[in-house]
Amino acid sequence: MNGLAVGCIYGLVALGFVLIYKATELVNFAQGDLLMLGAFIAYMAVVLWGLDYWVGLVIAVLVMAVFGALLDAVILRRVIGQPQFAVVMLTIGLGAMFRTFASVTWGSEIYTLPTPFSAKVTTLGGVTISHEYVSIIVGTMILCAVLYTFFTHTRLGVAMQAASQNQLAAYYMGIPVKLIFSLIWAISAGVAAVAGILLAPVSLIDINIGFIGLKAFAAAVLGGFGSIPGALTGGIIIGLIELYSGAWLPEGFKDVSAYVVLLLMLAVRPQGLFGALGRKKV
Amino acid sequence: MRFFFKTDYVQDIRLFRDKVDTFWYALLGLAVIALPLVLIALEEDYFIGEITWVFIYGICGLSLMVLVGFTGLVSLGHAAFLGIGAYAHAYFIQHGVPFSGAIVLAIIITTLAGILVGLPALRMTGIYLAIATLAFAIIIQEVFSRWESVTHGFAGMPVEKATVLGFSFEDDTAFYYLCLFFLVLALWLTKNLLRSPTGRAWIAIRDSEIAAQSMGVNLALYKTMAFAYSAGLMGMAGALFAHKIAYLAPDIFTVILSIQLLLLVIVGGLGSLHGAIFGAIFVALLPPTIAILRDYLPEAISRQPGLEAGIFGLILVLVILFEPLGIYGRWMKIKLYFSMFPMYKRATFKRQKSYMKSERLR
Repeated sequence: MNGLAVGCIYGLVALGFVLIYKATELVNFAQGDLLMLGAFIAYMAVVLWGLDYWVGLVIAVLVMAVFGALLDAVILRRVIGQPQFAVVMLTIGLGAMFRTFASVTWGSEIYTLPTPFSAKVTTLGGVTISHEYVSIIVGTMILCAVLYTFFTHTRLGVAMQAASQNQLAAYYMGIPVKLIFSLIWAISAGVAAVAGILLAPVSLIDINIGFIGLKAFAAAVLGGFGSIPGALTGGIIIGLIELYSGAWLPEGFKDVSAYVVLLLMLAVRPQGLFGALGRKKV
Repeated sequence: MRFFFKTDYVQDIRLFRDKVDTFWYALLGLAVIALPLVLIALEEDYFIGEITWVFIYGICGLSLMVLVGFTGLVSLGHAAFLGIGAYAHAYFIQHGVPFSGAIVLAIIITTLAGILVGLPALRMTGIYLAIATLAFAIIIQEVFSRWESVTHGFAGMPVEKATVLGFSFEDDTAFYYLCLFFLVLALWLTKNLLRSPTGRAWIAIRDSEIAAQSMGVNLALYKTMAFAYSAGLMGMAGALFAHKIAYLAPDIFTVILSIQLLLLVIVGGLGSLHGAIFGAIFVALLPPTIAILRDYLPEAISRQPGLEAGIFGLILVLVILFEPLGIYGRWMKIKLYFSMFPMYKRATFKRQKSYMKSERLR
């Protein structure tokens, strides 16, 4: 249950990577830091302003979505077409700036976010289940269902799929590709905020919470970088592997197990579990 | 404006382009040799140590420049090679191996590590390679902290001052010259390699893998060579790094250091050896500059521990957005401005309009 819940968080962060990668071919190394910002905004809304948890959640998601869209419109749109690793470095730089911003604004203390699920347990057939973990899993499922419906059943969602499959063709069909990309960044940042808020009761909020993004890479690669169900499955697999390697293997393996799996996966099947590998034809 | 005529094929493979260039580099060399004497005369000894950092970072920069700037392979885990070099060197020194033997062994070990990473990396490109090297670096960092019989874990590992053939490099000025020697050695080796078929193959791979392959470049061989050479240079830098820092701990060789090294080559200017040196000057001298600036900033900002990372991030973003060619690119522009005066055209360096290049299909 524990591993499943943590895996869901990895999956959500990986989902953010995949959405952006599929659409714009940019890899956003600042995804973990967006998660951190989302969690901090929720903390500010709930604890400092005394708002309801659900209101705080909505505010955090909306603020982060607008922030994500602006990030794309102001900064990232300029580097499309440049070498891919320039973009990687750009997002790494942005991530470092976000962390400094958070440490200047909120300080480097550790905060807790009170939620309706905190410290509640249900005993079901002799197994104790903590509500926090249930909230993560249920939250992930709801979010995925919403995203799935959005991408398959709305005009905007289908337009997004089109834009990510072939920009030029989508543009010829009258789809405003630039706007669509900004919206995808908005969704991705919003998903990161949700992941941050769901994670907050389990792992406390501090400025280094964003390093979870590195493990989410393992999840994204495992599932095939560019496959949405793959990202979630990969996240859950990584979460479970981490849990079991912590229980069975010697100390120290828990922290690196995700990366070992990542390296093995890249060596054996670089396209991931769900990905398809294409070859450029000359 | 000076015209450069080629009348002989030998001109293409000269170390320096012409007599004027040779003169300026010789002058630069003399200035660098004389610098510590001037600094001692001015009683600014502190800066000798800082400039030694420039030399060490310069070797690191050359290492990454070969890999990223000339072969086009991105590594987000080069701090791991630096760490392997530093720990190997310190371990051999501790077990009684003399300096010259230890540094050679350290270079051999890091080169082997480079080959080990390079081999699976052959199948990966672009972002996958960056992620794989990142994962490698994190695993190696964990190894540093757990393999206590060699690295002493978080307790740390003291490194004594360098002694080469009975001569002690305890003094900062002496160590300055030692690092300068290794930097010049690394520069000479790299420059020679880049003028040889190997270097040209690397550049071909960077520009287009498919084109290089079609021209008969063995991709697997040359990519592995690039990794091995880059890692070996990093091992050399690591040995000097160990002496300079005098106390090794696993939390020195973090992902942040890897990113800082990549920042070095990007800010310096990708694809030029000058860039590696410019970047080294920038990365080595920025922290002291920030430390000086802290005194003038308001208390609330200057006391933040993450300030340095944030400033590095900001500079990285600004450089990528506004000067993708880095400091060396700016240098070229200024040089061209004066040599073309008053005919300089901004459009000479204008970025070509490029549509999105897909990396999904390879």
